[in-house]
Amino acid sequence: MSETSTDPRHPNPRGDSDGDGESDVVITIRGLKNSFGDQVIHDGLDLDVRRGEILGVVGGSGTGKSVLMRSIIGLQTPDEGEIEVLGEDMIGRDELEAKNIRRRWGILFQNGALFSTLTVAENVEVPIREYFPYLKPPLLDEIASYKIAMSGLPADAGPKYPSELSGGMRKRAGLARALALDPELLFLDEPTAGLDPIGAAAFDELIENLQKRLELTVFLITHDLDTLWAICDRVAVLSDRKVVAVGTIEQLLALDHPWIQEYFNGPRGRAASAGLQKDHRGA
Amino acid sequence: MGDQAEAQDNGPDGNVYSCTGSLTITRAASTQREIDAVDDPLVIDLEGVDKMDTVGAWLVHRAVRDRKAQVRGASKVHQKLLEQVADADQPSRIRPEEGNAAIRAVNELGEAVTDAGRTLVGLLGFLGATVLAFAAIISHPKRFRLNAVVQRFDVVGVRALGIIGLMTFLIGIVIGQQGAVQLQQFGAEVYTINLIGRISVRELATLMTAIMVAGRSGSAFAAQIGTMKITEEVDAMKTIGVSPIEALVVPRLLASVVMMPLLSFYAMVMSLLGGGIFCWISLGIPPLTFIQRLQEVTPVTDLWVGLIKAPVFGFIIALAGCFQGMLVEGNSEEVGTRTTAAVVQSIFLVIVLDAVFAVFFSSVGWI
Repeated sequence: MSETSTDPRHPNPRGDSDGDGESDVVITIRGLKNSFGDQVIHDGLDLDVRRGEILGVVGGSGTGKSVLMRSIIGLQTPDEGEIEVLGEDMIGRDELEAKNIRRRWGILFQNGALFSTLTVAENVEVPIREYFPYLKPPLLDEIASYKIAMSGLPADAGPKYPSELSGGMRKRAGLARALALDPELLFLDEPTAGLDPIGAAAFDELIENLQKRLELTVFLITHDLDTLWAICDRVAVLSDRKVVAVGTIEQLLALDHPWIQEYFNGPRGRAASAGLQKDHRGA
Repeated sequence: MGDQAEAQDNGPDGNVYSCTGSLTITRAASTQREIDAVDDPLVIDLEGVDKMDTVGAWLVHRAVRDRKAQVRGASKVHQKLLEQVADADQPSRIRPEEGNAAIRAVNELGEAVTDAGRTLVGLLGFLGATVLAFAAIISHPKRFRLNAVVQRFDVVGVRALGIIGLMTFLIGIVIGQQGAVQLQQFGAEVYTINLIGRISVRELATLMTAIMVAGRSGSAFAAQIGTMKITEEVDAMKTIGVSPIEALVVPRLLASVVMMPLLSFYAMVMSLLGGGIFCWISLGIPPLTFIQRLQEVTPVTDLWVGLIKAPVFGFIIALAGCFQGMLVEGNSEEVGTRTTAAVVQSIFLVIVLDAVFAVFFSSVGWI
């Protein structure tokens, strides 16, 4: 990730602090507790996400990966704990202040969550219109068009409605909307779930390219071992209501945690690692 | 980040637009204005830009593309961003093509007509499928889903008692009150009882019940079945070998057909009760007199008229609701559209049929 050092937005990505007062860590979570009734999902969860990395979040079903994401983006108010995103405390903020931070992230929901009554291009325009209502329509339309192209959709996808798209295209359209405001931070909830292997690999590649080119920080929830091997810089493992380990896959493999061992060394884990270890940047 | 300053000077290369500070979406509108204000030949100087995003890059790219502008002073990062947006330059339409308004109007009219025709044919087909399902159940009584039917009885009938009772009770009072105001002018307020008795029993109780059942249950049928279509539950049923018509439509139809006469009778009683209480309190007609006079002026054929219509209305309501639910395809918006269509269709059909019944019953002499 040496290219980030030339980025004028973050002149000192590995340093202690830079001119904007923004540090190396974009998301800080301390002592997070979430529960639904008697069921405690997270208890004392700590996690740091560093600027410019793709952090994969894995965990068994029901370990609260999506709940963690929803807590960070403010859709779920935690019982306890602190969450800091881009240097701003997120809990208990009023709507107006939170809006300024929301502008700086993009979210791809699991099923795209595209507005079904709007075309793909109009979907991409929604966040831009919301924050920059004075932009002229021709410019707005051009912005939507290049965002659509950047997300790897063909030009004729613009005027289509979400119901007319395939699953893979819907995810790309959701990504185009997530990228609408040039976010610094991108949240992806199982981006490759439900895609065929070719489509999933293409989507992985797209995310990696965009991350490199736009210098994004990516928070990626996934079950897809291939995605983990192919594009994640670090992986956080959710288990027993907290993050039990964070590190590169090699570092995780060295740990003696039963779930991690089973996850990466199970039949599927081995197959994924055999296929993709070569391409992995850390390897 | 608001330290952007622009300068324009007429150098030998052209008119230079110097951009400094941040060239991002936040300043997109003003930057575009400023670029537009500079005459050709345009040179964009990015020397002083310290922060650029894809929108900023797009503005520069746009000027290069449309006005052959020259760019200078771009750093490596800026160059990379400019290349990226140039790669993604792919004109895309935002909305589907709309075309000529006149042609579109004709088109829409034609589509509406064919749609109406198709709906009618579809409804007939659906009616046929339902009759076949009934026949199949009669020949294989084991396939009859008693639990489902009883549950629908509860939802369509028992749970509607409160609202239908209250509604028709109030309608009884309104008929009495409005009638009394007019009839008092002739000193004939005692005829208010005729009015209440005949209108309630013959017309309004059944009609209002049908409208309430259409709004309450017809819409629910369409929404329930429509949602099941979207979540592919109906498809799952078919592949398992369960007929959706037998499992979903028949219990709802039966419930609606059986419950409508019962609810209508109950509505008649409540309406007469409301009217009777009004007469007692407002006109001073004691309950016993009210009942006696009611018996004299309301022929029993009025009751038959009201009760014969009820199951037919129930059938129409359930048929329209289930039919529209089965038509749902695609997205969740469709469920809403179809539910509305179900209610509108069933109320419309109920009122048309009511008129047909009125003519029919008068011509057979049940006046």
